[in-house]
Amino acid sequence: MAIAVEEACKRFGDFQALQDVSIEVPDGSLTALLGPSGSGKSTLLRAIAGLETLDAGRVIIRGSDVSAQPAQKREVGFVFQHYAAFKHMTVFGNVAFGLRIRKWDKARISDRVHELLQLVQLDGLAERYPSQLSGGQRQRMALARALAVQPRVLLLDEPFGALDAKVRKDLRSWLRRLHDEMHVTTIFVTHDQEEAMDVAEQLVVMNEGRVEQSGSADDLYDHPANEFVMSFVGEVNRLGDHFVRPHDMTVSLDRDAGDEEAMVRRIVALGFEVRVELVLGDGTEVWAQLTRSELQKLELREGQIVYLRPDRIKSFSDEILVA
Amino acid sequence: MSAKRWTLRALGLGYVLLLLLLPLGLIFYKTFEHGIAPPLDAITSPDGLHALKLTLLMVAIAVPLNTVFGVGCALLLVRHRWWANPLIDALINLPFAISPVVIGLSLFLLYGATGWLEPGLAEAGIKVLFSVPGMVLASIFVSLPFVVRETVPVLQEIGTEQEQAASTLGANAWQTFRRVTLPAIRWGVAYGVVLTTARVLGEFGAVSVVSGSISGETQTLPLFVEKQYQNFNLPGAFGASVLLALLALTTLLAMNLLKRKEDA
Repeated sequence: MAIAVEEACKRFGDFQALQDVSIEVPDGSLTALLGPSGSGKSTLLRAIAGLETLDAGRVIIRGSDVSAQPAQKREVGFVFQHYAAFKHMTVFGNVAFGLRIRKWDKARISDRVHELLQLVQLDGLAERYPSQLSGGQRQRMALARALAVQPRVLLLDEPFGALDAKVRKDLRSWLRRLHDEMHVTTIFVTHDQEEAMDVAEQLVVMNEGRVEQSGSADDLYDHPANEFVMSFVGEVNRLGDHFVRPHDMTVSLDRDAGDEEAMVRRIVALGFEVRVELVLGDGTEVWAQLTRSELQKLELREGQIVYLRPDRIKSFSDEILVA
Repeated sequence: MSAKRWTLRALGLGYVLLLLLLPLGLIFYKTFEHGIAPPLDAITSPDGLHALKLTLLMVAIAVPLNTVFGVGCALLLVRHRWWANPLIDALINLPFAISPVVIGLSLFLLYGATGWLEPGLAEAGIKVLFSVPGMVLASIFVSLPFVVRETVPVLQEIGTEQEQAASTLGANAWQTFRRVTLPAIRWGVAYGVVLTTARVLGEFGAVSVVSGSISGETQTLPLFVEKQYQNFNLPGAFGASVLLALLALTTLLAMNLLKRKEDA
């Protein structure tokens, strides 16, 4: 296990940021800490880096307990949401920072920095200042700076959060490829479930300072441990005590045994996907996700009465009692 | 619209011209009214040269001390939460709020013949009042807030992320300060240093009280100016005034040149 956190607790004044959090991150893996803001995911990441001290619990990196060590000694690479670029240094100076601290000789530093700039596709920009770079370039520079010192783990705190949608998507597939090449154990924090599922092999879903569930994207989507996870990793309809995903709602014009009667309230076409909003007999509002061709076959109109068959229903009452 | 802008501009310029440039310009005019010889003679007299040296000595001692203290104090105020911080923050401003003469008098009460610290100091053979140590203390006191005041907002603005990044890259506290924090706040500190220097160069009230203004011994340039003026040696008074103004201008220009070089 590359990183383990055991029963971590952290409180800021009245706010319980972490409550008995334990996670395990396998060597060479890419793990996402996923959760809404205030769920404690950034605090957990910063505690692993040593930028936050825990009130209780332990942080273990490669088998040694580093809980008492300052950030300086933990040999982690950390990438901040807002880059934290050293503004008065060139790109070269930024990437060389950790190597200069380690007193490498000049020739070696130069070789290593240029190797990394090539890796993050910034070669040729070595003499620029951060203010002359775009957001995406700055973040790649920050990544090169963190990787330069060959950290034992790479920690990324909402690394794409400050970038626009297009750059975000490019950078995340690029990160995925980079990880496949370098195999450095990586943890990244995000509130975007699509981003987490796209990039990470393992997801840790957090909420209100606790870990709700961890596992692969498929695990979480198909076997969510509770209502929070189910609704956080995908869309969900609530039918009494039951939960069902909108794409598991079959809409038909003929009534079968066990079908629910519903009225079409609104049809929203979002390209290939169509969102059909419905009202059940008891007033419950749900929606079904159809494809464009399904919609055309049914010839649905607003105000029409249809019959719903929810599939793969989940119910969490037992789990909630156990928790 | 345009007329309004011109009126505002004329008002602003007129204000500066009338209240700042006119009196200063007159001093330059009066100084060189009868050629360069009279003011030059006054400044190069033994007392004049001594006053110049003493003034530069004040700057050489008070400015570095207040710079180190100011940066350290600003770091404590901004980077370390402590219940007493607001109190310290207010205390730092005291020299701004209190008249320099009162500051001089308070030093008198502390170090004077009947002062609290007098017995111990006399025993150790240290003379504070009417000598250089007292004048240094007064200079430090009056110019203490500048570096703190200029550094605090810059420190707040740069935030802590760059420092945290440095620490994850293996830098210890001193390395982080030297390589990341100090370069990031350097122009704030530099501006504080310039203001401190100007204040120490020109300080009159507090230094006047504690020095006794003994010609050739405890007389700085501002005190020299006053003495020459009282003795009706106007060329001497104006010459020393112009010298003071030039010293202050030089520090300002030096900072601007350094900054321009850096920005280029």
